[in-house]
Amino acid sequence: MAKIGIPRTLAYFLYFPFWNAFFMELGHEVIVSPPTTKAVLDRGVEEAVNDACIPIKIYHGHVAKLIDKVDFIFSPRLVSLRKHGDFGTETFCPKFLGLPDMIRVSMDRLPPVIDTRIDLKAGKDELLNVCKETAFFLGMTAEKVIFNAYKKALKKQEEYQKILKEGILPPLALDILEGRKKRKEIPRIEPELNIAVVGYPYVIYDPYVNVGLLKFLEQEKVKVYTQDMLSNKELNGQKKYIPKSLFWYFSNRAVYGGLYYMKRKDIDGIIHVTAFACGPDSMVDRLLEIESHRHGKPYLAVMVDEHSGEAGVRTRIEAFVDMLRYRRG
Amino acid sequence: MKISFPHMGHSYIAFKWLVEHLGHECIVPPEPSKRTLDLGVRYAPEFACIPFKILMGTYLEVAEKGAEVIITSGGMGPCRAGYYWVMHQYILNELGRNVEIIAFEPPLCDLKDFWKKLHRLRVSGGLSVKAFIEVIKTTWEKIKAIDDIEMRSHEVRPYEINRGDTTRALWKALDMLDKANSVKEIEEARREGLEVINKVPRDLSRNPLKVGIIGEIYVVLEPAANHYIQIMLGEMGVQTDRSIYLTSYTRKNTIYNLEGDVFAIARPYIKEAPIGGHGVNSIGETILFAKHGFDGVVQLAPFACIPEIVAKSILPKVSKDYDIPVLTLFIDEQTGKAGVQTRLEAFIDLLEKRRESRKRERLVV
Repeated sequence: MAKIGIPRTLAYFLYFPFWNAFFMELGHEVIVSPPTTKAVLDRGVEEAVNDACIPIKIYHGHVAKLIDKVDFIFSPRLVSLRKHGDFGTETFCPKFLGLPDMIRVSMDRLPPVIDTRIDLKAGKDELLNVCKETAFFLGMTAEKVIFNAYKKALKKQEEYQKILKEGILPPLALDILEGRKKRKEIPRIEPELNIAVVGYPYVIYDPYVNVGLLKFLEQEKVKVYTQDMLSNKELNGQKKYIPKSLFWYFSNRAVYGGLYYMKRKDIDGIIHVTAFACGPDSMVDRLLEIESHRHGKPYLAVMVDEHSGEAGVRTRIEAFVDMLRYRRG
Repeated sequence: MKISFPHMGHSYIAFKWLVEHLGHECIVPPEPSKRTLDLGVRYAPEFACIPFKILMGTYLEVAEKGAEVIITSGGMGPCRAGYYWVMHQYILNELGRNVEIIAFEPPLCDLKDFWKKLHRLRVSGGLSVKAFIEVIKTTWEKIKAIDDIEMRSHEVRPYEINRGDTTRALWKALDMLDKANSVKEIEEARREGLEVINKVPRDLSRNPLKVGIIGEIYVVLEPAANHYIQIMLGEMGVQTDRSIYLTSYTRKNTIYNLEGDVFAIARPYIKEAPIGGHGVNSIGETILFAKHGFDGVVQLAPFACIPEIVAKSILPKVSKDYDIPVLTLFIDEQTGKAGVQTRLEAFIDLLEKRRESRKRERLVV
């Protein structure tokens, strides 16, 4: 039995239930780094290469928080999750591809890193192979045990996906899945506005990174829709509306989500949350802006960085929400 | 059709010839200037990298001159560059410019699409298949000759006695190539051009430092984007070699091909390849330059270039392991020539001191 550390950022918001269940089934303990704070970010800024984007810096900070507390750090190399895109070569941002090597080079006293290469282009069975490889790394070779853990993990992930599809945001969905909160306890409010918030999961769901954006929208009685509440079919159906799909998994999801909500009449506006110096987002943002313009949907891009303060973001969101109310009449 | 294309180093000489001999009118893209960049910065997304902005500016400039079609390259990711043509087209449409961008995606990905676009260019120019192939072949010879001449100029420059002689000779040689119209003429022009450069008065007693240049393809290949770094270094008395030439995939005399698989060399440091652009190459090439006795390496990259950031975060370890200093220059629209020069001078000073102290050490031993 080992302690396995998972940083609470990047793919955590979408795929944590799977790996949590998998490791627990194998009899390991999973330790998640604490929620992002200023201290985590500052630590990340110290450790990471200075030109990296905020999410990568925060990732370094989370990894630093796990050092000395865990036996292994789970930092898989996310290469691709499906065969998609114009040439079937959809992948992740290059920084994800090099992430395990980046933390290995730039951080001292790092426990062994589990850097299983996750490339599911070949087919569905590939995920089982990934699980096997990960389990072998941890010294578990009994195929049957691995298979059972894999099945359980898949089930957990499906359950999670189902909760998301009900329109519940990932942080809350995770609480419900783990039994920390009951569905009944969620207060039901009549939304006054419907806003689609699109962007990368690690930007829009992390309350520190998004400077309280979701909470603020909730206070304003806004129902928030994100791309992760849509099924893959709904998302991928949007592919035909752009000349060429993007190369990156999360970007494609954000763009498709944006395009999907733009066409929905009940959605009042689109907010795209992006991180400073995010490479793919320089394309995504302009694409969404032009498409929103063509669809006649109000569009707001919120950029977050090391120094973004709550007041600044809040003012802009407030103005945007006011404008939407006014527009609705 | 009035056709234009992106400006990338001296390659425009060959592409101009290509477009004209395909039976189209060529709008030669101007060398990227302050105006090009200003235009690009105004209309491009803020965090697009500098190649995007320069190309944006170039496209707007050629659109003013009446270009109807712009030919460029596509890509399959994960570097952003493969998506540039889509965004450029979006933005040009938004601005109401009537320009169509034809992007050639890698033929291995989509052969049909590649073929269709080639066919369109050929038919609209009115060429037979045979003549078309001939024109493409000749263009390729021209590109190779341009690279040969440029490479030689970088070898000669650190020895020149009168500053600027080599650059002037280079332009003369390129001018000769510009006028060549067949494979035979290109060969002649190449020989004559090399001779012109070789005739530059040189002081062979010098022992120049050797610096390798690595990084992202556009800022490495386009002197206007990297503030003429190779000329600048050459005039400081430094011999430079760069990892990327347009023709480097097919020839032997660049360091790149001598060693086989550059990804395999980088493997101890980064297990995934490719990660887009020239990210992994930058790591592998630094190792190669170190092994070939170069004194230092300069990494050139556009600000916020994703693959090069990954490379940069790993390079300090390579630099330590192989004992080779690396200077990273991130270039954006704010980068000034004087700033680049100052940092290069400091870097070269460091390399010189390093070489001297090593020589002394060797004498003591």
